[in-house]
Amino acid sequence: MKQQVLVLYLATSALDAAVVGWSSYDGTGRTHPTAGDGDEPPYATGVDALRDGWRLFQASQLIPPYPGHEYDTSFLKHEFFFEKMS
Amino acid sequence: MRTTLLTSAQVAGFVAAGYLRLDGIVPDDLNDQAIDVLDAGIPRVPYGTPVTQAFPKGSFARRLIELPQVAGALSSLVGPDPTIDHHAVHVREPQGGEAQPLHADAIIDTRMDAFDVQLMYYPREVTAEMGGTLVVPGSHLRRVNESDTGRYQNLRGQTRLTCPAGTVMLLHHGIWHGGRRNDSPVRRYMFKIRFNPTVPQVRLWDTSDLADPAVREELSRRFPWYEQATGRLEIHNRVRVWRALTADPTFDIDYWTTRVNNRPGRAA
Repeated sequence: MKQQVLVLYLATSALDAAVVGWSSYDGTGRTHPTAGDGDEPPYATGVDALRDGWRLFQASQLIPPYPGHEYDTSFLKHEFFFEKMS
Repeated sequence: MRTTLLTSAQVAGFVAAGYLRLDGIVPDDLNDQAIDVLDAGIPRVPYGTPVTQAFPKGSFARRLIELPQVAGALSSLVGPDPTIDHHAVHVREPQGGEAQPLHADAIIDTRMDAFDVQLMYYPREVTAEMGGTLVVPGSHLRRVNESDTGRYQNLRGQTRLTCPAGTVMLLHHGIWHGGRRNDSPVRRYMFKIRFNPTVPQVRLWDTSDLADPAVREELSRRFPWYEQATGRLEIHNRVRVWRALTADPTFDIDYWTTRVNNRPGRAA
């Protein structure tokens, strides 16, 4: 059994929000995903990935901004890790 | 030297997207010389060298940056007499190389009232197969350090550059980008020059259209990869940049910046 990992970045902290970014890593070695290899997300929302058999194993926490840095922007906030075993 | 200064709407577009694209503006005679010049290499110069010392008059690089559209855009963004931070020739071999992880150059750079500009010049046509530079519009004000963004492979609305020969892009120092894998049988060339301003970056462009509604439209743009809430902060941060570039502390979009700073009778 090898792990395939899908990372979805969503528009809000809700799992049924729209996908705004995505990455994948393939432990089977059958595919070689890389930076800038597609313009269309694999799923429209996080829930759509669940419906297709992906198992959610990590979701980013909701962390309040550090005092004095409320308006800073940095990494994408709503990151969800999914897996499939094959 | 003739120049073509940018309009306020164009500079607002740069502030929103983090780059300006000038497609096919370099004439064929320069493009035809470029490959030999880039293969031979352009001598390195110490960081912070004035343009006139870095690139002798008549040299390839000097002629490139003195093209009226290039000179006008550079003057509008970094002002007169910028210094050369560094320059480099980037080559992607045919069917070779791995995609670079998405990154911002140098180290985390939090300047809101000043910025460097990176010129990227493509002497040959770049097709989709050749793996043109991946650029993420509107990413330049995010505070990240170099390749810490490497986890992100694709973001909605990203630009996978394809362009005609002789295209120049001018990018804010903070833009997220990466060279993509070249899956074609053709070498891909890109020449990059980083410019540092030597004057305050205030109203350096043709400001006659400063009140044009297109300025607000540009500064209000949302990009498809923005999260709903953080996308609002992007616009707030652009307002801060625009206030600095125009020396107008009252400029705002949708009253967001004014509202959160309204503390009547309170000291800072």
